[in-house]
Amino acid sequence: MATADRLKAARADQKPAAGETQSAPPIAASGVALIFEESSPGRRGVDSGGGADSAKHALELLGDDLCRTDIEGFPELSEPQVLRHFLRLSQLNFGQALQFYPLGSCTMKYNPVLNDEMAALPGFASLHPATPPHLAPGALELIARMEAALAEITGMDAVSLAPAAGAQGELAGLLMIRAWEEKRGKVRRKVIIPDTAHGTNPASCTLAGFEVVVARSGPRGYLEAAEIRRLLSDDVAALMVTNPNTLGMFEPEIQEIAAALHERGAMLYLDGANMNALLGVAKPGDMGADIVHLNLHKTFSTPHGGGGPGAGPVAVKRHLEPFLPHPRIVKRADQWEFDRDRPDSIGRLRSFHGNFGMLVRAYTYILAMGGDGLAQASRHAILNAAYVRKRLEAHFPSATREPTMHECVLTHDLDTRTGVSTLDLAKRLLDFGMHPPTIYFPLVVHGALMIEPTETESLETLESFIETMERIYAEALEDPAMVKAAPHSLKLRRIDEVTAARRPVLRWNAR
Amino acid sequence: MRFIPHTEADIEVMLKTVGAAQLDDLIAHVPQNLRDTAVINLPDGRAEAEVADELTQLAARNPGATGFISFLGGGYYRHYVPAAVRAITARAEFATSYTPYQPEVSQGTTQAIFEFQTLITQLTALDVANASMYDGASAAAEAILMAHRVLPKRHVVAISRALWPDYRATIRTYLSALGTLELVDLPFDLATGEIDRAALDGLATGELLCTVTGYPNAFGVIEPLAQIVELTHRAGALAIAVTAEPLALALLKPPGALGVDIAVGEGQSFGMPLQFGGPGLGFLAGRSAQVRQMPGRLVGQTTDSEGHRAFCLTLATREQHIRRERATSNICTNHSLCALAATAYLSLMGRQGLRELAARNVELAHATRAALEAAGVRRRFTGQCFNEFVVALDAPEAALAAAERQGILAGISLANDYPELGGNLLISVTEMNTPVEIERLCGVLAGGR
Repeated sequence: MATADRLKAARADQKPAAGETQSAPPIAASGVALIFEESSPGRRGVDSGGGADSAKHALELLGDDLCRTDIEGFPELSEPQVLRHFLRLSQLNFGQALQFYPLGSCTMKYNPVLNDEMAALPGFASLHPATPPHLAPGALELIARMEAALAEITGMDAVSLAPAAGAQGELAGLLMIRAWEEKRGKVRRKVIIPDTAHGTNPASCTLAGFEVVVARSGPRGYLEAAEIRRLLSDDVAALMVTNPNTLGMFEPEIQEIAAALHERGAMLYLDGANMNALLGVAKPGDMGADIVHLNLHKTFSTPHGGGGPGAGPVAVKRHLEPFLPHPRIVKRADQWEFDRDRPDSIGRLRSFHGNFGMLVRAYTYILAMGGDGLAQASRHAILNAAYVRKRLEAHFPSATREPTMHECVLTHDLDTRTGVSTLDLAKRLLDFGMHPPTIYFPLVVHGALMIEPTETESLETLESFIETMERIYAEALEDPAMVKAAPHSLKLRRIDEVTAARRPVLRWNAR
Repeated sequence: MRFIPHTEADIEVMLKTVGAAQLDDLIAHVPQNLRDTAVINLPDGRAEAEVADELTQLAARNPGATGFISFLGGGYYRHYVPAAVRAITARAEFATSYTPYQPEVSQGTTQAIFEFQTLITQLTALDVANASMYDGASAAAEAILMAHRVLPKRHVVAISRALWPDYRATIRTYLSALGTLELVDLPFDLATGEIDRAALDGLATGELLCTVTGYPNAFGVIEPLAQIVELTHRAGALAIAVTAEPLALALLKPPGALGVDIAVGEGQSFGMPLQFGGPGLGFLAGRSAQVRQMPGRLVGQTTDSEGHRAFCLTLATREQHIRRERATSNICTNHSLCALAATAYLSLMGRQGLRELAARNVELAHATRAALEAAGVRRRFTGQCFNEFVVALDAPEAALAAAERQGILAGISLANDYPELGGNLLISVTEMNTPVEIERLCGVLAGGR
């Protein structure tokens, strides 16, 4: 019996009888109904003070004209029902704490549990953002220390912790370049971005009013100073580059590129998405960067949360400090307060003081690691990635022959040999309890598997991943149909993403 | 280092495999001059107990967090967070997962987001809501950019001055580089605190792209949204409503029912701690016809290969990782874990509980306002309020200082952001405030008027 048939037979026991699958709404294979479907009129999950009389009284106070009489379709469940619903949902997720999760460029490292505990301290969690500064000196001190730590780590002069995410950090950086140029009288219109860049880079350029010029990577996978010189003109405001790049390679000509840019009056914007390779290895400030943004949810261990919240601090050299976004804190008479007198600032990116809760977590991490621990983290991250690359090279060769750092991009020949695609490989990995790497990125590598193991994974975990990849390679040759139908061991089979986009159903409806 | 599992023996084996003698051989290709100056001059790493002690001391230096009776609002609101919400968001399966690019192992996240999207459409009475954004202010800016994609030929953006100052500043930043949109302030009526409809009427031309109205607004006033929408639509423009206190939507007529085209706001009130202002979440809801112009992630319903219901990210062709410089926004992530907190919170509060909580807020705020008036503290605006209102004081700074000495954070002075409201104080009252606290507030403000 082929593996696929065996798995199918095993699954048949769990499947509903033929008639049941025809019923509408379709049965969730996960077995967890929508919260709205679990609802019954009259149930409640809280006992709030006012009760029905309070509601009636409020309607009288405000008048019928202003008020609605119901929230149609809203759920009605008891507290234990709600808890069970969400805990059962949680069991349908993979997470870094439970599974190997080597998503390239995402830095899925261990999130120390102390981080969350510190953010939940009442002195931080219950602090209202409009609290007068003299009643929140601890929070402002944390902001100041965090700014100083990130400046030291990146080799930059000043840091703003305001951006809510990396993409907002990018926007802030580009708007600062624009403001700096406006102040000098002429705004250059173009920003150079390599073809290996993350999609947020060009999207941020558009929002900041710049036109994107694409730089092509050289034959060895890195950006050559000659290409930048070719594209440079008096209309180029900056180069926006990720270092190490999305192939995991340190950009060897970065200093020469920085010099070429500066010579023509343009700036170097360094995307710090891959900072986990650089801690104590090379500082962006020393490379010649004028701006760098960081992702605290990557390098600095704040949880990814299923897609946020993160934080995207932006660090600059001295000449751009006046342009940093609000808010800025300043020490006057030995006390931190907000500096309102910043005429050159690009303004606000969001309300209040940034994702402060994430700053507490990242600061906790930096204290725990220390300067020595951070340097160790990058070296071990690089070791882990180099090990995976080397051990898999027989069947999954690296996209580059050059040395790589904290991640590696691998390819394979299965699609031409057996019709098994990178997506099929990824789905089959799920059957072995591992989250797949980032796939089909960077776009310049055919069928890419972008693997970032991070420093917090053990040799045993890496070995198990390597073994699994080799096994899947063998399966793909022996029984390609089985691999193409993966996953087999989960409650759900492969999900049809095409239909979701073709006939969008974006909310539950009562009828 | 406790987070890094490598033993000396592991390192030896691994180095040998990759053909290196020592760890630093792996970074030998990084230019020497950069490596020479890369040392991070921070103190060495510390044991967990020492780190916990340091952070605990910093947290203890924020007396404003726990040592005061508080009436602070102004965009972030004090509400009780049920323990079950924390129990749910603390699950590592939720907290330590990433963007659900592999839906087969992300059904927890995708289904919760689908439920979040549905809850937001129910609260706003609009067709479709996205998976959440960074915060209310950036969501408001994104709503204007979305309106511009729907009506690309129009260029005047009329923004209520009674929108929170941070929101107005954020909008200015987001639109600053485009150079194509003209921001015009809509003044408020000094008596009612509502948008000056005559001024809006004057702007209602074929150039008007959209109006942006707080609901309730930055003074806590419930704007006559239906009339504002009507004037907006008469000019063929889009009406955007912005809500920083989303609890109000449980009781007030929903924006969608009043004709609003795009409803955005802040979701912090729904189960997120104050956390000095973040993270909360931004929500954004609109009409089905404009879904392809929406920014941010969307989760849709689909099936697996055996026909079972499942959920996945969808309509990604709007987004930056596909469209790059032609994307609808540069936003990459959402505030997923915050959206989960909101989904859990709203599920617990439920159809009755949320309305009753909103009602309790109204009762307490109105009672406080009445008690202050009885004590001679004048309300500033005649407009109706939800759980926040403005009072006029003769010496607001002195009153705030006197209150602080008595352990009360009485409110937010509007002097910095609204010179014409120099003597005015914004007071927010929620279910967290007891009758005794309200009495003490009245006492101290009556003394300082």
